[in-house]
Amino acid sequence: MTIESPGGPSAATALLDVQRLRKVYEGKGRGVEAVRDLTFTVGAGELVCIVGPSGAGKTTLLRCVAGLLNSTSGKVVLEGRTVTGPPPGMAVVFQEYGRSLFPWMTVRQNVERPLKEKRVPKAERQRLVAEALDAVGLAGSHDAHPWQLSGGMQQRVAIARAVAYEPHILLMDEPFAAVDAQTRADLEDLVRALWKRLGVTVLFVTHDIDESVYLGQRVIVLSNSPTVVLEEVPIDLPDERDQLTTRSAARFTELRGHVYRLVQRAKDGHRPQD
Amino acid sequence: MSVMDAMRRFLLLVTVPALLVAAWWAATANSTDFFWPPLSKILGTFGETWFDGRFTADVLPSLARLLAGYLLALVIGAGLGVAIGSVRVLRAFLEPVLEFFRAIPSPVLVPVLMLFAGIGNGMKVLVIVSGCVWPILLNTVEGVRALDEVLRDTARCYRMRPHSRLVHLVLRGASPRIAAGARQALSIGIILMVISEMFAASNGLGFTIIQFQRSFSIPQMWSGIILLGLIGIALSAVFHLVEARALNWYTGLRRSQRES
Amino acid sequence: MTAVPAHAAERGRGGRRHRPPPAWALGLAGLLCLTAVLELAPRAGLVRERFLPPFSEMVSALADQAGTGAFWHALLETLRGWAIGLAIATAAGIVLGIVIGGVPLLRAALSSTIEFLRPIPSVALIPLAVLLYGTEMRSTLLLVVYASFWQVLVQVLYGVQDVDPVARETARSYRFRPLTQVRTVLWPTALPYVLTGFRLGAAVALILEITGELVIGSPGLGKQIAVTQTSGAVASMYALVIVVGLIGVAVNAAARAAERQVLRWHPSVRGEAVS
Repeated sequence: MTIESPGGPSAATALLDVQRLRKVYEGKGRGVEAVRDLTFTVGAGELVCIVGPSGAGKTTLLRCVAGLLNSTSGKVVLEGRTVTGPPPGMAVVFQEYGRSLFPWMTVRQNVERPLKEKRVPKAERQRLVAEALDAVGLAGSHDAHPWQLSGGMQQRVAIARAVAYEPHILLMDEPFAAVDAQTRADLEDLVRALWKRLGVTVLFVTHDIDESVYLGQRVIVLSNSPTVVLEEVPIDLPDERDQLTTRSAARFTELRGHVYRLVQRAKDGHRPQD
Repeated sequence: MSVMDAMRRFLLLVTVPALLVAAWWAATANSTDFFWPPLSKILGTFGETWFDGRFTADVLPSLARLLAGYLLALVIGAGLGVAIGSVRVLRAFLEPVLEFFRAIPSPVLVPVLMLFAGIGNGMKVLVIVSGCVWPILLNTVEGVRALDEVLRDTARCYRMRPHSRLVHLVLRGASPRIAAGARQALSIGIILMVISEMFAASNGLGFTIIQFQRSFSIPQMWSGIILLGLIGIALSAVFHLVEARALNWYTGLRRSQRES
Repeated sequence: MTAVPAHAAERGRGGRRHRPPPAWALGLAGLLCLTAVLELAPRAGLVRERFLPPFSEMVSALADQAGTGAFWHALLETLRGWAIGLAIATAAGIVLGIVIGGVPLLRAALSSTIEFLRPIPSVALIPLAVLLYGTEMRSTLLLVVYASFWQVLVQVLYGVQDVDPVARETARSYRFRPLTQVRTVLWPTALPYVLTGFRLGAAVALILEITGELVIGSPGLGKQIAVTQTSGAVASMYALVIVVGLIGVAVNAAARAAERQVLRWHPSVRGEAVS
């Protein structure tokens, strides 16, 4: 196993620390082991991507980290505290943008609701909402309802909601799996830009290998289910990335090829010696 | 253009009812049949029958009882519905019992509740509540159950407090189903308002209409039937207005889903 | 995915989380609790027995009733009135629904009118029915037909509206005769809606059947309830209310079963459930 990969931070400075996480779904008489043994850390301000073959328990992992699901054993520690339910200072962007926005609220109300829950004073709240919607390019859609917007714009609302919340860690669960390719590229650049501007820690789950290499500082490759970490790949691409030059860089192709082979092997059932 | 559209819609709306009324008028114009008096005579007695004291003595009390019973049923039905819909064990425990109570035709509750509450206002409101509460309750349970899983997760992630989760997630999310139940409950409520008064009362619409029938005041009886019909139409129109306003987002959402 | 025995899975932190009992057992427990409350509340003096006799007394009253011819006669009258009324309303609703729905002009002129007439409460017709037919069964039948007709009609109209325009055009371009068009295009699409209308109509018909008997005094269980109430036979009255409730449960269950049975072969339900 490659737990202490060269690019990874030590556990002492880690914002998120996942230790020997295991999740078994209990069925009638027998359980299904989705996640076997996951250990990794994410440092403060890092952008880490998790990639794995479909059905690799990526969503299970993310739901455990988010405190939406109890793990069977092992633990998730966020900012020094063990996660037992959704912790403060965390925001999640789900894949199903159409279902994660409240359809009975306007765009503004959707972004504002979590801030009201946090008891942010009104003036501050209005500033945060306006800035967040500005940042995702939706300054003109405050009073629209989510269902009046296109899929990509709906996901922008969800991102704005997460950003306005000012989280310490932002979890993204295959957020762009359901939008078209052009929108997807725009949204990837948006995530990079927001991350750099706000200094927020991002854990980004995807099944798209290109996306993981393009976005991440580090890519954690998962085995197939029951899931363990296959390898952690540090992405030593320059910090300034853009769709054209980065994706055509030789190093990008190399890294992409490496991750691609890993995922391919994971699909074939290759696992580190148990 | 929109004015023309509105005109067209209005014409389509009123043409056939107007023709029906005209046909009724013509068919009974020279009627000497005791049971089918001329429509002109019925309408002639309408004003003196209902607006000469009976409006405040009979019509308003009826409507007040309906309103009280209906609103109580709405609060109780939605409240219990949220509780039952949120707790799986409670739902399984109560399902057959609720299924049974829903299946009892609510008018038979009139004699039962008369035992407990006499024949006063309390009994009638109770009858209306006990009839209206079931469709609201059962629809609320379904609405709460059908709440989107991702939306629930979102509410948890942003640490929405129980109170605002109830208001902004559960009740709003279940509101289309609650409204569907409330619509059924409204027509049941009107039936029960009339029945409870026909069965045992000293005032009210149902009571008065039955008195007219028993004393063979036929045009007055007809005017009562017409008044009941108009009340039914008016209440359903009010309901539609309120619903259209409250569920504005839902009609829009459905339309956008259909188009995609 | 790898399957592991449940006991191994439960050894983790979640530990001894026992599964809740199955739904049917809970439901049965709910019914038992209801009967227990009905038995014990009057016995313990929480409710006066004059208002709510213990459940056992209701059962014995029911047994007494079941020994009389009058009870069975009334039951039969109720079911007969319900069935005849529902049959008339269903037939009329289907025929008129297809005619109105199938002819665009009629539909445009009448759809708003139907929305307009539908909320007129059926009980408004009670005095008229009494005048015309007295306490005969026909009095109640009028109410039953009127009330359940709207349920069927509105659903059939929804169904006809749901017909795929392409299928309709195809049928027309092949010059199907009107009746053939109805049989091959309209009817199959509308069938699920017709069944929904039938189910809703069946429940409403039962309500109005009992209402008519109760208020007008036409023969049936509703009339028996009114009689037991005025004569102070409270246990018998509750017994009859329970019987009526059970008929209601049976009607709902039967209509749902019929719906499932017919629609099992129906292509339109492959995708989504019919509510």
